Amino acid sequence: MAVTGVFMSAVADTHSQEHHHGPAKGISRWLLTTNHKDIGSMYLIFSFAMFLLGGSMAMVIRAELFQPGLQIVQPEFFNQMTTMHGLIMVFGAVMPAFVGLANWMLPLMIGAPDMALPRMNNWSFWLLPCAFLILVSTLFMEGGAPNFGWTFYAPLSTTYGPPSTTFFIFAIHIMGVSSIMGAINIIATIMNLRAPGMTLMKMPLFVWTWLITAFLLIAVMPVLAGAVTMMLMDINFGTSFFDASGGGDPVLFQHVFWFFGHPEVYIMILPAFGAISHIVSAFSRKPLFGYASMVYAVGAIALLSFIVWAHHMFTVGVPLAGQLFFMYATMLIAVPTGVKVFNWVTTMFRGSLTFEAPMLFAVAFIILFSIGGFSGLMLAIAPADFQYHDTYFVVAHFHYVLVPGAIFGIFASAYFWLPKWTGHMYDETLAKTHFWLSFIGMNLAFFPMHFLGLAGMPRRIPDYALQFADFNMVSSIGAFMFGATQLLFLFIVVKCARGGEKAPAKPWDGAEGLEWTLPSPAPYHTFTTPPDIK
Amino acid sequence: MADANSDTSPTPRRSNRRVIAWCMTGVVGMFAFGFALVPLYDVFCEITGINGKTGGRYEASSTGQVDADRTVTVQFLASNGPGMSWEFRPVTRSIKVHPGEPVTVNFFAQNPGDTPMVGQAVPSLSPSEGTPYFHKTECFCFNQQPLEAGESTEMPLVFIVDPELPEYITKLTLSYTLYDQSQHIEVSGPVGAGASTNKNG
Repeated sequence: MAVTGVFMSAVADTHSQEHHHGPAKGISRWLLTTNHKDIGSMYLIFSFAMFLLGGSMAMVIRAELFQPGLQIVQPEFFNQMTTMHGLIMVFGAVMPAFVGLANWMLPLMIGAPDMALPRMNNWSFWLLPCAFLILVSTLFMEGGAPNFGWTFYAPLSTTYGPPSTTFFIFAIHIMGVSSIMGAINIIATIMNLRAPGMTLMKMPLFVWTWLITAFLLIAVMPVLAGAVTMMLMDINFGTSFFDASGGGDPVLFQHVFWFFGHPEVYIMILPAFGAISHIVSAFSRKPLFGYASMVYAVGAIALLSFIVWAHHMFTVGVPLAGQLFFMYATMLIAVPTGVKVFNWVTTMFRGSLTFEAPMLFAVAFIILFSIGGFSGLMLAIAPADFQYHDTYFVVAHFHYVLVPGAIFGIFASAYFWLPKWTGHMYDETLAKTHFWLSFIGMNLAFFPMHFLGLAGMPRRIPDYALQFADFNMVSSIGAFMFGATQLLFLFIVVKCARGGEKAPAKPWDGAEGLEWTLPSPAPYHTFTTPPDIK
Repeated sequence: MADANSDTSPTPRRSNRRVIAWCMTGVVGMFAFGFALVPLYDVFCEITGINGKTGGRYEASSTGQVDADRTVTVQFLASNGPGMSWEFRPVTRSIKVHPGEPVTVNFFAQNPGDTPMVGQAVPSLSPSEGTPYFHKTECFCFNQQPLEAGESTEMPLVFIVDPELPEYITKLTLSYTLYDQSQHIEVSGPVGAGASTNKNG
C-alpha cells in the first residue's frame, strides 16, 4: 500500500490544480474510485504484486531443481508450486497488467474522459484481490493448494484433487467475472467514447488489439466458467461430466479447457502486440509500417485461435484427420504472426533508431517472441509432438512466448508510459540495467530447457535423472538472476514516482498519439471535452 | 464520476446499455455453449466413433450376408476401475469371427468381498476407426451388475462385426473397465443419471 501512495502521489498533486471534484482522501479514494487512472494504477500494482508472488513460487521450483534429488520441498508441495505459479502468473500477473494498461491508456488514446462504465470498472478491479485471496489461502488449507497443474485436467482435479479444489473453482469464477466485466467495459469504451473523427481504422493499434482481446475474453471466459462449474458439480453434486464410470469422459475436459485455453494465450499476447507497435514506431521515428495489415493480422490470429485447440491434445488420441487439421490450422497462425514481425522489422528498417529502455524491451520482444513462435511451430507438427509433449521443451516454448512476449511487452509499455503516468523520467541507466539483467537471466533460465526437453526431461517433476543436472543448474541460476532483477524494476518505478527529471508532455520525440498531447503527469481528469481528430 | 461522464462525453454512437446487452448475450451464449459441448461431444464421437465409445444396443435389421471369406480377430480385455475389488476377466480372450455373424462370448465376474456390490462396465474399442462397425446386440454393459458377497456370474456379450468394416482393420480389441457403483446406486438410480447424456454403457 505504501507503493500505492507513492505511485499515485504525482496524480494527486496534479489534481490540486484542478478546480472540480478530484480524488477523495485516504483509503476510500482507492476503494471507491471510479477514475480510470486510479483503477489502472491499482491493476498495475496488483499485477506486479502477483508477479512477485508467482515469481517467488518459481524460485522455489528452480531451487528444488537446482540439483537432482529432493532437497528443499516435498513433491506434493512442489506440485502446488507449479500449479499456483501458473495460475497466478496467467490470471494474476499478465491479464490484470494488460487490463491496467488498458484502463490507463485507452481513454487517453481515444480522447475519452474515462472508461464507459466507471463503477463497474471499480468492481471488476476489487473482485481480483478477493479471488486471489481465496486462491492463495488454499496453500494453508488441509490437503494443501491445488496440485494438478494450471491446466487442472480431470480427473486429477476432480477425483484426485485436494479438498481445496472447490475454493480454487470459486476463485476462477470470480476472476472470470472480473475479466468479463473488464472486457465489456473496454468494448463499451472503444465503441462509444472515441473522440469525434476517430474512425475504427484511425484507432491506435493498442486500442485495436485490446478491442479484439476483449472479444476473445467474452468468448472464452464463460467457457472456462462452464468447465470449472462442471468440475464443481462432479466433485460436490455427484454428476459425471468427466467421470468415465458414470458415462462421462475425461477427454471432454481437455476439449472444453483448451477451447478456452488456446484463445487465452492470445489474450495474453495481443495487447502486447499493440503496445510494441507504438514503441517500435516511436523509437524508429517512423510511422508504423502496414497499419491496416497489422489490424487484419490481429483479427486473423484471434479467429484462428478458436480452431487450433486440439494441438494441445495430440497425444491424447486424436484421429489422423483431426491431427492433420489441427496441425495445419496451427501452422496457419504463423502467417499473420509473420506479417506482424515483418511489419515491426520494416518499421525499424532505415529508421533513426535509439535504444531507450522501452525500445530495448521491444526489440528483445520481437527477437525472443519469434524464437518462441518457432518452437511453437515445432510443437505444432503432430508426429514430432509425441516426442515433445509434456517435456521441458514445452516449458521452454511457452516461457519464451510469455516472458519476453507478455512480460517484456508490459515492461516496455511501463517504461514507455511511466513519464506520462508519474510526470517524471525514470532512471535510464537503471532501466537499461534492468533490461540487460532480465534479458540475460531470462535466456539463461529458459534456453537450456529446450535441450532438457529434447533430451526427454518431463515437466512438472521435482527430481530428475542425473544427465539433466548441468542444464538445470544453469537454468536455475538464470531464473534467480531474472527473479532478483525484478526487485530493481520495483525500485525504478518507485523512484520514478517519487521524483526525478521532469517529463515533458511528449518525452519521446518519435511518439504519436493523443496521450502525448496531454501534460505529464496526465491530469486527474482528461479530455472532458473531446479533442479534434484530423 | 459516472455523471460527469454522461455530461461530458461525446454523443455516444451506441448507448452503453446496448453494448452491455450485446456483450452479455455473448457471455450467456458462450457459457451455454460450454455446456452444449457435452452433448455435442457425445454426438460427434458417436457419428465418427473416434474415441472408442461403442454404441448402444444394436437392432439387427438385416442379419444376412456373413462374409465367410474374411476373418477378423476380436480380443477382449477386462480391468477394474479405481477401488474396484472384483475379479473380472473375459472367459474367451481372443476369437476369430467372420463379419456379419453374431458371436456370443462370456465375461466372468466375482465379488470376493463380504458386502453386496454393484458394478458397471464401460467399453472402449481400439482401433477407434472400427467403432462404428462393432455392433453389440446384447451386452452386460447395458445394465448394472449387482453381485452378493462371494457371488460369481458369467456375463454374456453378443456382437456382430459389420461386413462394412474397412479392409485394413484385421484386429479389434474391446476393453471393459468395471467401476464400483455401490455408493451411487441409492443416490442416483440408473447409471449415467449424472448430467452426461451418454447412455452407451
